[in-house]
Amino acid sequence: MKKKIVVVGNGMVGYKFCEKLISKDVSKSFDLVVFGEESRPAYDRVHLSEYFAGKTADDLTMAPSSWYTENGITLYLSDPVVDIDKDEQTVRSHHGIVVNYDYLVLATGSAAFVPPIPGVEKDGVFVYRTIEDLDLMQAHAKTAKKGAVIGGGLLGLEAAKALLDLGLEETHVIEFAPRLMPRQIDEAGSKTLQTKLEALGLQIHLNKNTQEIVGNGIIEGMAFADGSKLEVDMLVISAGIKPRDEVAKIAGLEVGSRGGIIVNDKLQTSDPNIFAIGECALAHHMIYGLVAPGYEMAEVVATSIIGGEKEFKPFDMSTKLKLIGIDVASFGDAFIQEPNAQTIVFENTAKGVYKRINISNDGKYLLGGILVGDAEQYNMLLQNTKNKVLLPADPEDLMLGSRGGAESASSGVMALPDEALICSCEAVTKGNICHEIIENKVTTLDGIKKCTKAGTGCGGCVPMVKDLINETMKSQGVFVRNILCEHFDYTRQELFDLVKIKGYKTYNDVLDHLGRGDGCEVCKPAVASIIASLWNEMILERGNATVQDSNDRYLANIQKNGTYSVVPRIPGGEITPEKLIVIGQVAQKYNLYTKITGGQRIDLFGAHVSDLPDIWEELVNAGFESGHAYGKSLRTVKSCVGSTWCRFGVQDAVSFSIEVEERYRGLRSPHKLKSAVSGCTRECAEAQSKDFGIIATEKGWNLYVCGNGGVKPRHAELLATDIDSETCLKYIDRFLMFYIKTAEPLTRTAPWLDKMEGGINYLKSVVIDDALGMNSQFEQEMQFLVDAYKCEWKEVVNSPELRKRFTHFVNAPKMKDPYARFEPMREQIKAAEWK
Amino acid sequence: MIAEETITWHVACNIEDIPENGGACALIEGEQIAIYNFSRRGEWYATQNQCPHRQQMALSRGMIGSTGANNEPKVACPFHKKTFSLQTGECLSGDEYTIKTYPVKIADGQVYVGV
Repeated sequence: MKKKIVVVGNGMVGYKFCEKLISKDVSKSFDLVVFGEESRPAYDRVHLSEYFAGKTADDLTMAPSSWYTENGITLYLSDPVVDIDKDEQTVRSHHGIVVNYDYLVLATGSAAFVPPIPGVEKDGVFVYRTIEDLDLMQAHAKTAKKGAVIGGGLLGLEAAKALLDLGLEETHVIEFAPRLMPRQIDEAGSKTLQTKLEALGLQIHLNKNTQEIVGNGIIEGMAFADGSKLEVDMLVISAGIKPRDEVAKIAGLEVGSRGGIIVNDKLQTSDPNIFAIGECALAHHMIYGLVAPGYEMAEVVATSIIGGEKEFKPFDMSTKLKLIGIDVASFGDAFIQEPNAQTIVFENTAKGVYKRINISNDGKYLLGGILVGDAEQYNMLLQNTKNKVLLPADPEDLMLGSRGGAESASSGVMALPDEALICSCEAVTKGNICHEIIENKVTTLDGIKKCTKAGTGCGGCVPMVKDLINETMKSQGVFVRNILCEHFDYTRQELFDLVKIKGYKTYNDVLDHLGRGDGCEVCKPAVASIIASLWNEMILERGNATVQDSNDRYLANIQKNGTYSVVPRIPGGEITPEKLIVIGQVAQKYNLYTKITGGQRIDLFGAHVSDLPDIWEELVNAGFESGHAYGKSLRTVKSCVGSTWCRFGVQDAVSFSIEVEERYRGLRSPHKLKSAVSGCTRECAEAQSKDFGIIATEKGWNLYVCGNGGVKPRHAELLATDIDSETCLKYIDRFLMFYIKTAEPLTRTAPWLDKMEGGINYLKSVVIDDALGMNSQFEQEMQFLVDAYKCEWKEVVNSPELRKRFTHFVNAPKMKDPYARFEPMREQIKAAEWK
Repeated sequence: MIAEETITWHVACNIEDIPENGGACALIEGEQIAIYNFSRRGEWYATQNQCPHRQQMALSRGMIGSTGANNEPKVACPFHKKTFSLQTGECLSGDEYTIKTYPVKIADGQVYVGV
C-alpha cells in the first residue's frame, strides 16, 4: 500500500522537496499531492528581477507541468489549502478538495511584510513577490515616471533594479536604517555600495521613516517623519518578509510569537507527521530567508520520510551575490568588532571596492568579513573562517590576494588542517583529497572529482583542489613533470622533437610509436598541433580530422546552439567595398548574424554545419581565405591606417601588417597568436597587448613580444628597437619558432615568457644574439612553413570527399539540426539560451 | 524477474559514412544517435547525440579515446569537454550524468543501431 505525502505550497522549496523525494524514492512507495496557491507551477523567485530584463515566465519555471505528470505527482494550482485536520490526517483546499495524508509537508513560504503606513492601499503601491505582482507593476509603470522602493535590503534593491529595468525616469530607494543591506554589510560597505548604485541611476535615502502615502485614490507622493516629501507615482514595498503560517495556526500547530511554524531538528512541527520547510518554518529560533537553507530543509525531510537519518543544523548564512552587477558578500561573523575582534579594512573609492575582515584578538583566526565591489577572495576567506585556519603573518594577503612577488606559503591550501572542508557542496575535507592523492595515487582533477565528488557542485573549490594536488605531490618529493596526459610520458617539447626526428605525420603513428592506449581529448589536439606546426599539411587529411578539436575539425567556431561562426581573413583589416558586399550577401543568403570582431574582421554567426562548404565556396570565389579564427594559429594582424592617410603616421602600418599577416597565416602554434602594427608612437593598433606587436619609429620599427589581453592582461616587452622590415620579420620568425617548439600546450606567449628562466633578457639573447645557435634553423623551418601554406577552406571547397564530412545527419545530409534554435534580437538573430 | 526487451535493428548508414576513430550523427526513429567508428580497436559504439550538460547535440562531433588501466573507451563533448564512457554511458569527468548507449552491429557494409 503506497503512503501519501501532501505538500502545501508549490514554491522553490516545495518543488525542490518533490524533486528530492522522487529521486530518493526508487521503489516508488509514495504518492505525492501538491497544492499551490499561484496559477503557475513553481518558478525561480531568486531571479525574479530578470523578468523585466527579458526573461519570460517560462524561463523562470523550475519544471513544467508535464514534469509533475511524468513523475506521477498530482498538482493542484490556484487552490491553496485552507484547513488541516490533524486527527483525521486530511487537508481541505479552497475549492473543497479533501485529501488524506500520511505525511504533510508545509512549504507555504512567506509574504511581503507591509508596514502599517497610512495609504498603503492606494493604487500604484505594490509588493514584489510573485510574477502576478510583476505583471501589475509592469502595467502601471507604462504611465509612471517616478518610482520608489521602501526597503534597502537585498529584496528592496532587487525591486529597485526591476524599476530601473522598467525604464522609470527616477528610482528612489527609501531605507529606515542608516545603511543599505543592514543584515549583510556595515556602514562603510554600505557607503561603497551606495556610490556604485547611485552611479547606476538610483537615488538612495537613508534614515527615512515613511509616515504616509499621499494621493487621491492613486499614489501621488510620500511624506516622511523628518517633514520632507517625495513626489512619486509608483511605490514598491519590500521591507521584509513574514512567514505564511495561517493554515498552521488554524490547525493548532505551534507557531512563534513573531510568526513562523516552530520545528525541531528534524523539521517536524508540534505534530510529528507534519513538517515545515523553507521560509514558513521557524528553525533554531530563526526564519531562513535564503534559498540554500530552504533546499537543505527539503533534503532533510525527504531523507527522513524515506527512512534515513538527517537533521537540519544551524545553517551558515554567508552569502555572495551579484546585485545589479555589483559583487556583495558577507561571511562568518561579519559585524564583530573591537574589543571582541580586530578588523582590517581595505577601501578603494575610485574603484568602488570595500573589504573588511575580522580576526580574533590573538591574531590567529579569521572570524568573518564583508566584501563589496570585488568578491573574488570570498571562497578562500569563507574556508579559512569555517575551518579555523591559522592565519598567516600578514592576514591582509588573504583579503587582497596575491599582489605580485612571492606568495606567502602559509596562506595557501597546505596551511589548512586535514579536517578543513574544501568542497562544502559535497562535504569533502582536505584529508579526504590528500588521502586519494597519496595513498591511491589519484593526481588529476577529474580523478579527484570522481572518487571524492569534490568540485562537482558549484565548482568554486576547483582551483583549491588543483593547488592541493600540485602542492601535495611536491611535498611528497614527486618531481612534477608536465607530461602530456596518461597516453604519453613526454612533455610537449620532447614530443615535438621526437615527431620531427621520426618524421611522423599522423596521430596514429605518433600514438603507436611513442604512446599507449587510444588517446584522449588532451593529447589528440596537442599532437595534431605539433604535426601541423612541423609539416603544415592540410589538417583534415591522413585521418587527422578526428584528432582535431571540434573547431579545427569543422574549420569554424562552434557556438552555443551547435551552429558555427565563419571568419574570412581580412589582412590588416583592409577590405574593398566589393568584398564587403559579398560578405553582406552571404550573410543575407544564409541568415547569419554579423558582427565586427575585436581583430578588425567580420564574424558571421549561426551557420549550420551543412552550409559551411557552400558559404565558403562563395567566399573563396570572391577571393577570401580562411581566417583561422577556429585554430590555435595566427588570428589577425591589426593595424592603424598609418602614414598613407594619417597626418601623424611615420610608416605604412597597413602595408606592413598585411605583409606580416600573409607571412604567418595558417601557422599552427601551441595557442592562438595575435599581432598588430601601429604607424606611430600613438599606438592606435594596440600592438603592446599582442603576442608580437610592431610600432613604427622615424627609423623603422620597434618590436614588442609576449603581450596579452584576455584574462590576465599584460604589456608586451620591447625586444628590439629601430629595426628595418627585413630584420623585424627575421626576429619574428625566430621568436615564433622558439615559442612553437618549447611552449606547453595551450600556453600563450605571455605565460610562456613568465616561466622562462632569465625572462626577456634570455629571450633577447636567443632571438638577437643566437645564444642557442639555432637561428638559421629557426628561419629555415619558418620559411618551409610559409612556403607550404594553402588555404584550408579552398581545399575543402574543391574536394567532394572532404565536403561530405560537413553534415549534421549522415543519413539525411540535407537536413539541419532541429535543436539548433535561434531567437530574434535587434533585427538579427542570436543563439537560443541554454539551460 | 528481468523483463525481456526486444531490440529493433535500424540501418543507420554505410560504414564509410562514419570517419575512422571518430563519430557522426544519424537520425533514427526521430532520435539523434551518435555513432562512433573506433577503428583503432575494431569496435563500434553508439550513444545519444545530446550532451546532458548543456543539452547540445554535439557528442558525435567529440573526440574519442580511452582512459584508465582498463582502457575504457570514451567520448569528450566538444563544448565543455565532459567525458562519457562509450560502454556504460557514465560520465567520467565527475558529474552525475549518464547518457544512453545503443548496441551496434555491422553487416554487408552497413551500420545497424539497436533501439
